[in-house]
Amino acid sequence: MRFIDVIGTAIGNSFRSKLRTTLTVIAIFIGAFTLTITSAIGTGVSNYITTQVSAIGASDVLTVTKATTTASAGSGPAKYDPNKATTTAGVDSGARPGSTIAALTQKDIDVIGASKGITSVDASIRISPDYIEYGSNGKYELSISTNGALTKADLAAGAQLSSSSAENQLLVPTTYLKNLGLGTAKEAVGKSVTIGLTDYAGAKHEVTAVIVGVQNETLFGSGVGINKHLTEALSSAQSTGKPVDAKPGYASAVAHFDPASSPQQITAIKKALTDNGYAAATVADQIGSFEAVINGIIGVLNAFAVIALIAAGFGIINTLLMSVQERTREIGLMKAMGMSGGKVYALFSTEAVFIGFLGSAIGAIVAIGVGSIISSVLATTLLSGLPGLRIMQFAPSSIAVIIGVVMLIAFLAGTLPARRAARQNPIDALRYE
Amino acid sequence: MNSAVLVANEIRKSYGHGSSRFDALKGVSLRILEGESIAIVGKSGSGKSTLMHLLALLDDPDGGQILVEGSDAKTLSAREINRLRNQDFGFVFQQFFLTPNATVLDNVVLPLKIAGVGPKERNARGMAALEQLELADKAKSKAINLSGGQKQRVVIARALVNNPKVIFADEPTGNLDTATGAVVEDILFALNKEKGITLIIVTHDIELAARCDRRFFIRDGVEETTTNVEGVTS
Repeated sequence: MRFIDVIGTAIGNSFRSKLRTTLTVIAIFIGAFTLTITSAIGTGVSNYITTQVSAIGASDVLTVTKATTTASAGSGPAKYDPNKATTTAGVDSGARPGSTIAALTQKDIDVIGASKGITSVDASIRISPDYIEYGSNGKYELSISTNGALTKADLAAGAQLSSSSAENQLLVPTTYLKNLGLGTAKEAVGKSVTIGLTDYAGAKHEVTAVIVGVQNETLFGSGVGINKHLTEALSSAQSTGKPVDAKPGYASAVAHFDPASSPQQITAIKKALTDNGYAAATVADQIGSFEAVINGIIGVLNAFAVIALIAAGFGIINTLLMSVQERTREIGLMKAMGMSGGKVYALFSTEAVFIGFLGSAIGAIVAIGVGSIISSVLATTLLSGLPGLRIMQFAPSSIAVIIGVVMLIAFLAGTLPARRAARQNPIDALRYE
Repeated sequence: MNSAVLVANEIRKSYGHGSSRFDALKGVSLRILEGESIAIVGKSGSGKSTLMHLLALLDDPDGGQILVEGSDAKTLSAREINRLRNQDFGFVFQQFFLTPNATVLDNVVLPLKIAGVGPKERNARGMAALEQLELADKAKSKAINLSGGQKQRVVIARALVNNPKVIFADEPTGNLDTATGAVVEDILFALNKEKGITLIIVTHDIELAARCDRRFFIRDGVEETTTNVEGVTS
């Protein structure tokens, strides 16, 4: 029997018992549909994160903090160290509000700078401005993105911040445009805004800065990015009247290393810092933990889909066993007419694979259709706060893999019935004496 | 004298083990010559169907020897036996064994499909076989919608489609009324006479057996040499 005839006959046979085939196909459909949707969410989210990371782009940057020597529960508070600078934890610092976290002193900054592999280090200065104002459109609260200077923003219009410029530059998120009365993203570029802040002594200061770019809102904070020059300007205004003996403390420092470093070298650099009592993480590390959580959730969903497919596999076994039973005589006849056991086996496993293909292909197509609709609806409603995020993305390769895996499961499920058919004795079918 | 297509030498076959052991054939010898028609006649349980199955190489004998055109069947590979059954043998069964929901033509070309013949040639040869049996107009009908006589003619067309040397017919008229049975018999004997196809008919029908060149009587697994015709019908 020719290969093409085996396929044709197998397909024909699978349609002979339509209801039974349909039910089995539905079982596979459910598994394949779920798997396609979950893998699309995985692709969508990880693509989004990848673009976010590449938008941040600072692959040569480590965020360094003081490693907290957490006192184990029950041992009571750690002994006070007067030389240890502390900063009061804000709500956004990750620590419990009001608790003290270990801060970096100037001495720490020097130690980090001297650490192996580090080319330069800058302490992150916390700026607490009061408001931002454009023209006379009213004063609005302003939050400054801590990593604004070292990241590459996903721009809607304008240019990136320049760290060498002697101009006060800032990058506003798209969400600021309307309230501040800046018009469209394009119109906002080049406009001057006023930032107000209060110094130590309680005096008000105003600093003007130029909007060089408008950035799309991202996962990682929706704050305003400011360049080095503006940071220094704001910092010096803020520090006016600061007591000379106040110990300066920084929540974190940004250390640069050679961008050409291999992952092994980066690991070594981080280890050197860890040994000195600092915690260092690259941007990818910080985002990686996000991705790990999402991948974990997707993994669980995939596991459910696979369980559904395994159950569907038993459906295939059942369907084909009944089919073999029903077609005993036909199989016997074909064998009597010189069909080899191998071809009978091929016939039944092809039928199984075809049922698997049918279920998975329909499942994938329907998933693409439904998923695309849901994805575009979500993009304009629930997830509109995250521009650029398409929650479901259907990669042809992963769909091909899903269909392939389902067909493989179907083939494995088909082996038992196919073997039974192949071993059938023609005489049993023909004997009637 | 014609050469022997099939020779059985002292073949034995039994089923089951121990107390349930049943000896279907207890040493049967038979020579089937090329172009002859032979009836294997016996009652139910006589071993006639077992004998046919062994001659058609559908089963192996427990003892004795089967020669196909002079060569021992035991020395043939499974592949050669499959080829032999596919191309040199044709089968006609009492129960027809047609796939009910497939078309008549699809049923007829099944042996060609198994042989790996291309679809074009397959259909041409299938139609030729159906024309020979005056069923060309039924080619597209489903097998289930045919009458008994038509079904058996389809089965004969299927047996013929590969131009076999031997046709094995197991109670070919068993499920047919006398008139249609006679038509089917005429077709089989015409093939035997005109095309020289060796005809091996297994039957308990004495009238059908009488039309064959030769009769081989079997009872309880052995050849019955002294029995007359009346002895079988009683």
